[in-house]
Amino acid sequence: MSFVSVTDVWQSYGGRPILERVNVEVEEGAFISIVGASGCGKSTFLRMLLAEELPSRGAIRIDGGAPAVEPNPERGVVFQRYSVFPHLTVRENLLAGEGFRTALGRLGGGARREALARAEETLARIGLNHVADQYPASLSGGMQQRLAIGQALAAKPRVLLLDEPFGALDPGTRLQMHGFLTELRAETRMTVFMVSHDLEEAFKLGDRVLVFDKPRWDPDDPGLYGATITYDFDASDGGMPFQRILDRYPSLGPG
Amino acid sequence: MRLINRKPGRTLGAALAALPFVLVLIGYSIGSEIRLSANPADKLLPALSTIGETAQRLFTQGDRRTGEILLWKDTVASLTRLLGGVGIAAGLSLVIGMAIGLLPYARRSLSGFVAVLSMVPPLALLPILFIVFGLGEVSKIVLIVIGITPFMTRDLAQRVLDIPREQIVKAQTLGASSLVIALRVALPQILPRLIANIRLSLGSAWLFLIAAEAVASDVGLGYRIFLVRRYLAMDVILTYVIWITLLAFVIDWLLRQLSRRAFPWMEAGL
Repeated sequence: MSFVSVTDVWQSYGGRPILERVNVEVEEGAFISIVGASGCGKSTFLRMLLAEELPSRGAIRIDGGAPAVEPNPERGVVFQRYSVFPHLTVRENLLAGEGFRTALGRLGGGARREALARAEETLARIGLNHVADQYPASLSGGMQQRLAIGQALAAKPRVLLLDEPFGALDPGTRLQMHGFLTELRAETRMTVFMVSHDLEEAFKLGDRVLVFDKPRWDPDDPGLYGATITYDFDASDGGMPFQRILDRYPSLGPG
Repeated sequence: MRLINRKPGRTLGAALAALPFVLVLIGYSIGSEIRLSANPADKLLPALSTIGETAQRLFTQGDRRTGEILLWKDTVASLTRLLGGVGIAAGLSLVIGMAIGLLPYARRSLSGFVAVLSMVPPLALLPILFIVFGLGEVSKIVLIVIGITPFMTRDLAQRVLDIPREQIVKAQTLGASSLVIALRVALPQILPRLIANIRLSLGSAWLFLIAAEAVASDVGLGYRIFLVRRYLAMDVILTYVIWITLLAFVIDWLLRQLSRRAFPWMEAGL
């Protein structure tokens, strides 16, 4: 039984198809990397997973539920930039992850104390306890993205969507963030979709790598056809295929 | 070295800042000296010392008939009208601006209307206001409100629209309702802009206030200036002008301090 199912999804802007016939089934706990050239609709696909945009045809379901019509707490998201609230301190940003769902957006009394305790744990885990009372603008890019991920996870989403989360970071920080994300994933077993420009990153972090491209191409009118998933690589075991073939076919083994 | 890269030092900077003020004072003194030497009874450019004496008299001595100090009475009346008008305008523009910025339905129905409204010259409406609201306080406050609300509303609505889409989407994925997004995401981020808007529109607010007081009033700073104009009492007029300028400057300074204290996150990145 697949967890996220995308069935025959089409999307077009003003009559121009962007995506066509996108079908994909994703298991719970999988890390899906999405790559492709600029303008091939991978960010559009992520926005549809987020339900920020609705597909013009087809449906995206999480755990067999009804297709969402607007972003909701089932989906957590981290963008390349602007994912945290600049007017809240680091700690308040984490509290917002739990408090925004209340009627007035604030937690009170016991609920607030419990959330504060959890926020302290998260702060330690994302390594930001020394800057808990600072505002995001004074943090480095990597710290801001760690905060954004911590904040998204505080709301306990079922699917985490990352839109080029490390695109604006320098190479060193990017490597640190890979380690951080891998650890976090090992703890939470969260289902993750990540759009990336960086093929190496996509194969390093992902269990599967989906490639978006246009299967049909009209040289006279490049916008005529939309893109779809053209490759679906198995990237587990460091991207090397057949590493577990003996589990499935023990008879191939020696002796 | 290019001119654009030359910077004055600390002392020179202070001297340069004071220079225009000093020049104006010197220019005025010379002009006043020339006129007074030709005609000691000249009223047009009273000597600085005369203005000083008049100011002292206006600030401390009561009216001969009632014993009230008119300058303070005028100040209280004018400031009440000004702050009342600006306060109402700020409240209105905040609510309407947020609605236009956040709600597509409100945007479709109100943004064109506000844009047209902001083109109506407020002073042309003054006669209508006097007819409808009478010559009392209401018409003066309404003039200030009509004069500055549309501009503030448009700017605040644009500021709400300028909040990155990512933040609004993120708030939704954290389960925030429209109300929570308005109160916890949009409102705190445009409050600094509201204060900046108030600072910008105070100039217009003073203009509308003084115009309304000049046309019909029995107390107020603008009323007094236009009253003593008949007696060519330049010393009184100049004292009032300097006093109004000082009040405007102090209000502006207070708002700037408030903005700095209340929104530390604005300067976190500096």
